[in-house]
Amino acid sequence: MNLLDLLFFFFSSLAAGGGLLMVVSKHPVPAALFMILSLVGVASLFVLLEAFFLAILQILVYAGAVMVLFLFIIMLLDVGPDGGKASKIRILSGFAGAVAVGLIIVLLLHFSQQSGFGLSSNAWPEINADSFVNGSNLTFSTSVKNFGYGLFTKYMLPLQVAGFLLLAAMVGVIILSKKFRIKKP
Amino acid sequence: MLNLELLQVLGLKIFFAFLMVSVVMTFAGYSVLAERKVSAWMQGRVGPNRTVLPFVGHIPFVGSFLKGIGIFQPLADGLKFLFKEEIVPGHVNKVYYYMAPLVALVPALTTMTVLPFGEFFHHSGKSTPLILADLEIGILFILAISSLGVYGIVLAGWSSNSKYPFLGGIRSSAQMISYELAMGLSLLPIFLWVSQPGSSIASLSLVEIANSQNASAWLALVQPLSALIFLVALFAETNRLPFDMPESETDLVGGFHTEYGSFKFGIFFVAEYAHIVIGSAIFTLIFLGGWHFLPWINDPWPSNWVGTLLGTGWFLIKTISLIFFFIWIRWTLPRFRYDQVMNLGWTKLLPLSLANLIFYVILVTWLDLSAATP
Repeated sequence: MNLLDLLFFFFSSLAAGGGLLMVVSKHPVPAALFMILSLVGVASLFVLLEAFFLAILQILVYAGAVMVLFLFIIMLLDVGPDGGKASKIRILSGFAGAVAVGLIIVLLLHFSQQSGFGLSSNAWPEINADSFVNGSNLTFSTSVKNFGYGLFTKYMLPLQVAGFLLLAAMVGVIILSKKFRIKKP
Repeated sequence: MLNLELLQVLGLKIFFAFLMVSVVMTFAGYSVLAERKVSAWMQGRVGPNRTVLPFVGHIPFVGSFLKGIGIFQPLADGLKFLFKEEIVPGHVNKVYYYMAPLVALVPALTTMTVLPFGEFFHHSGKSTPLILADLEIGILFILAISSLGVYGIVLAGWSSNSKYPFLGGIRSSAQMISYELAMGLSLLPIFLWVSQPGSSIASLSLVEIANSQNASAWLALVQPLSALIFLVALFAETNRLPFDMPESETDLVGGFHTEYGSFKFGIFFVAEYAHIVIGSAIFTLIFLGGWHFLPWINDPWPSNWVGTLLGTGWFLIKTISLIFFFIWIRWTLPRFRYDQVMNLGWTKLLPLSLANLIFYVILVTWLDLSAATP
C-alpha cells in the first residue's frame, strides 16, 4: 500500500461516509453540509486521477454554487428536523432503503465473483488514449484546452442540446413559479 | 513505501507552505492596523499609538517612532483575543458553532497555494515563477475555493440559533450567489483576449496571465469594464463595505458573528482580512501586470536575484496600494441597502458583464478574421 492508495481510501471514505450521513441526518442543514463533504471527497478522487479540471468544476459548480443555493432555501424556509413530508412516508423510505441495500449487495457479489477486491487488471479492459478517442485526432489529455477543443468540435451537438435542455428547464421554472394574472374583461 | 526523496520534497513543500501562510497572516494582521490608521487619518484622529514592547520603546527616536505608527498593535490585539474570557451562549448548536470560524478561515488560506508572487531567474536566464503549486487552472481554483468561504458565515449564522446572525447568514449566501456569476463572467473576456488565436497562451494559469502583461498594456487598460466589474464583485465577495450585508452592524447588531467572542471572533476577523489580501493580489496579477514594471516598459531590473527581489517588492507595492484602496472605499462610501445590493448584482452587473463578454467575443473573432484575410 503506497501513499496514493492511502489517499484513495481516505477520500473515498469521505465521499461515501458523507453521503451516508447526509441520508441519515434528521435536520436538513447538517444534511446539506454532509453533502458538501461528500462532493469535496469526490472532487479529491478526481484530483487523484489527475483530472484537476473536473475536480475544480465539481467544487465550483456543486459545492460552491448549488449547495449555497440549497442552504439558502433551507434557511429561508426555516425547515425543521421533521419539516419534509417524505419522512412521514415510512413504507416508501423503507422500500427505497431496501432497493439501495440490494443494489450494493449485487455490486459486492459481482466484484467478489469477478476479481475480488484487488481489482486485477482483467476486471475491466484498460482504458488508454486510443480507446478513449477511437477514430479521432484528439489527443487524450486532461488539460483545459483539450476540454474546450473537444466540446466545441466533436461534441458540439451534445453541448448545444444540453444547453437547450437547461434553457427549457429554466423557462419552465419561471412559468411554474410566476403567477400569471388573467385580466378579467 | 515513502522514499527519502519524496519525503525531502514533501518536507520542503510543507516548509514553503508554512512560510507563505505566515507571510499572508502577517499581512492580514497588519492590514487590520492599516485599516485603523487610515480610518483615523481620514477622520482627523491619530489612531493606535500607545502599544509598545518592553525595552523597545526606550530606544531613542526609533522606539517612539515605532510606537507612534502602532507597529506593535496587531500583537496586542491578537493577545487580547486569546486571553479574553470565552463565552459560549447556551442556545447555540455547539459543534457547528465551533466549526464555523475554521470553515471561514481554511478556504481563505487555501487559495494562496496557486498565488504566484514573483519570478526566480536561473543562471541560464530562464525564469520560473515563485508559487507553491503552478496549476494550469489557477484562477478556477481560486474562484472555487474562495466560494467555499461563505459556508463559514452561513454556518455561523445558522448555529448561533438567534435572529440577527440568521439574517446575516441568509444575506451572505444570497449575496455570494449573485456576485459570483458577475465575477466569473468578468474574467472570461480577459482569458479570451489573452489566449486569442495566434497567442502562445492556452491555459487559465495566473502565471501566464501575469507574464502576458510584460512590456505590453496592463489588462486593466485593455479591458477597463471587466476590471471594474471584477473589482465590484471582489468587494461583494470579501464582504467589504459598501457590501457588508452579512455584518451590517447598524441593523443586524453584528450580523453572523453577533454570538461570537474572544478568539473565535478573531478568526473570523483574520479570515476577512486574508480574503482582502488575497483578493488584492489576484486583482494585481490579472489586471495590474503582477510583478512586471509599468505598462509598455520592460522590467528595468537585472535577470538575477536582485531582479527577483525587486519584482516581488513591486508586486507587494501594487498589492498594498490595492489594500489601501479597499480601506479607502470603506471609510468613504455608505452601506447599500439589501435590496439595492441584489438589484445591482442581478439587473446591472450581470447584464453588463454578459454584454462585455459578447462584445469581446465579436471583437476577437473580427480580429482573427481580419488577420486571416489581409
